[in-house]
Amino acid sequence: MTAATSTRAGLALTDTCLSFGDGDSTVHALDHVTLEVAAGELVAIVGPSGAGKSSLLAVAGGLTRPTSGTVTVDGVDITNLKPRELTRLRRDRIGFVFQSGNLIPALTARDQLRLVEKITGREGRDPDELLASVGMSHRADRRPGQLSGGERQRVGIARALMARPALLLVDEPTAALDRKRSHEVVELLARETHEARVATIMVTHDHDVLDHCDRVLEMVDGGLGPHD
Amino acid sequence: MFLTLRELWFARTRFLLMGAVVALISILMVILSGLSSGLVTDGVSALQRTPVQAFAFAEGTKTDSAFSRSVVTDEQVAAWRERPDVAEAALFGNAIVNAKTGDGIPVDLTLFGIEPGSFLEPAAAEGRALQQATDILVSDSARAAGIELGDTVVVDRLGTELTVVGFTSDKRTFGHVDVAYVPLSTWQEIHAGVKVGEQPQPDIYREASVVALQGVDGGLPDLAAGDAAAGTVSKTLEESFDSSPGYSAEMMTMSMIKAFLYAISALVVGAFFSIWTVQRSRELSVLRAMGASTGFLLRDGLLQAVVVLVASVALGVLIGLGLGSGLDGSGMPFALESGPIVQGAVLLIVLGLVGAAVAVVRVTRVDPLTALGENR
Repeated sequence: MTAATSTRAGLALTDTCLSFGDGDSTVHALDHVTLEVAAGELVAIVGPSGAGKSSLLAVAGGLTRPTSGTVTVDGVDITNLKPRELTRLRRDRIGFVFQSGNLIPALTARDQLRLVEKITGREGRDPDELLASVGMSHRADRRPGQLSGGERQRVGIARALMARPALLLVDEPTAALDRKRSHEVVELLARETHEARVATIMVTHDHDVLDHCDRVLEMVDGGLGPHD
Repeated sequence: MFLTLRELWFARTRFLLMGAVVALISILMVILSGLSSGLVTDGVSALQRTPVQAFAFAEGTKTDSAFSRSVVTDEQVAAWRERPDVAEAALFGNAIVNAKTGDGIPVDLTLFGIEPGSFLEPAAAEGRALQQATDILVSDSARAAGIELGDTVVVDRLGTELTVVGFTSDKRTFGHVDVAYVPLSTWQEIHAGVKVGEQPQPDIYREASVVALQGVDGGLPDLAAGDAAAGTVSKTLEESFDSSPGYSAEMMTMSMIKAFLYAISALVVGAFFSIWTVQRSRELSVLRAMGASTGFLLRDGLLQAVVVLVASVALGVLIGLGLGSGLDGSGMPFALESGPIVQGAVLLIVLGLVGAAVAVVRVTRVDPLTALGENR
């Protein structure tokens, strides 16, 4: 497994733009963004609301097609893929971690992970092992309604890692968590990123947790720059 | 399957509610089907059990109550008999009369005038076959009206006395009235209104209501060619059911009620699944972001519909059969027949699936992008 993932290429955005509307009302959600994230690297992106952080995740994750520029995931240029091909790419190479986990209410923690195998149609990592590594073995048979916010987020991270993705996109993972839990969750993300050699982008408002990240970038008005 | 069953279980109260509605509709479907089969049996069971392929009516006879209006002659029978594809052709009389039993109980009887010993005479399950001119062989169901073997039945106004010599093995009714098979000559006298003691015109013995036609080897004869030769208008046995009094109106009413039932069922299931799909839209967008294909989501939604529909229709049909067997033989025209019930159950499931499919197709419009961001 390590042999396969260590050769992975991570994410590259080259001069990527995303704009909505036209004429005077044009909104530049992404303004000539260039970004490379290597396998095994955790990059945090901070910035005010509406700066384009979610747009960056959407473009990197193949949910939105950029207006210009190129997006490469794991060595594959996804800029001009068809919707069906993008779906397959997300399934096979990208993991998403959403705010507050966004788990399926009907499924237990273990089944959240097994569902990934059903969607991809191939065997992923061992669900029980993965739950153990995020410290959730004792809650494997609980549904989201019986889990705390931090626990839901851990299951969400485990679910995103099930299919051995090359790219992990994390959207405000600590938005609903207290300080202690926030640290635990981001620590976990950093560890999994390094161990599984995944290229990880985490969008966050939470400046407390940035110490765990390999690199921190700041987004302002669609442009990406270093964080001071 | 994995997600489908777990979601069904997780939202079981909601699915149970909808399943209960579908089950109730299925019960109603079974009862209506029984009622409808019962009406068919009551209306035309004697025709259904007549071993003919077609009836030839007099030219220009109107469809409703054609049996009582039509008059054909033995010349027309002869013309039919010459057709190469007709095995048997015979005069057949059909008239509803009021009568009284020997005890003075008023009864209605449909008199089927037939040549004794011909292919039109049914076997007597009790008693004997027709011999004397005044013998009658009566539907088994007439016992409920108080008719017994050996009874004398007197036709109102004419005074003709008929003797019950036998019963058929099964229920034979026409226009909701019990059938009595009577020798053709007696039928002709009654039909012509010949009172006891009167001398009938010889002409009446050449006429009856229709020509009963039996094809060679049970096949349907060439009706158009035969009609042209005999100067008649023929109907197949099935078509002739419409000529039973009230038959087509009853069937139309039942079909309309059933059509509404099916439409309501499809709407209920469709409405449920639209709400269900909207409620799941957040979850569906997450699944799409995770890379679930449209096919995966459609299969998931439709499989839920299949499971719920099959289970609730099966349950409803079982309860309906239980209730229906209580109604059977209660004097209400009611008969449980597997064919129409299976047909109805399949139709309920298929239409429910159509309703669900219309709703579930919504998943193709769920945008995975909504899984990102704060709007939850």
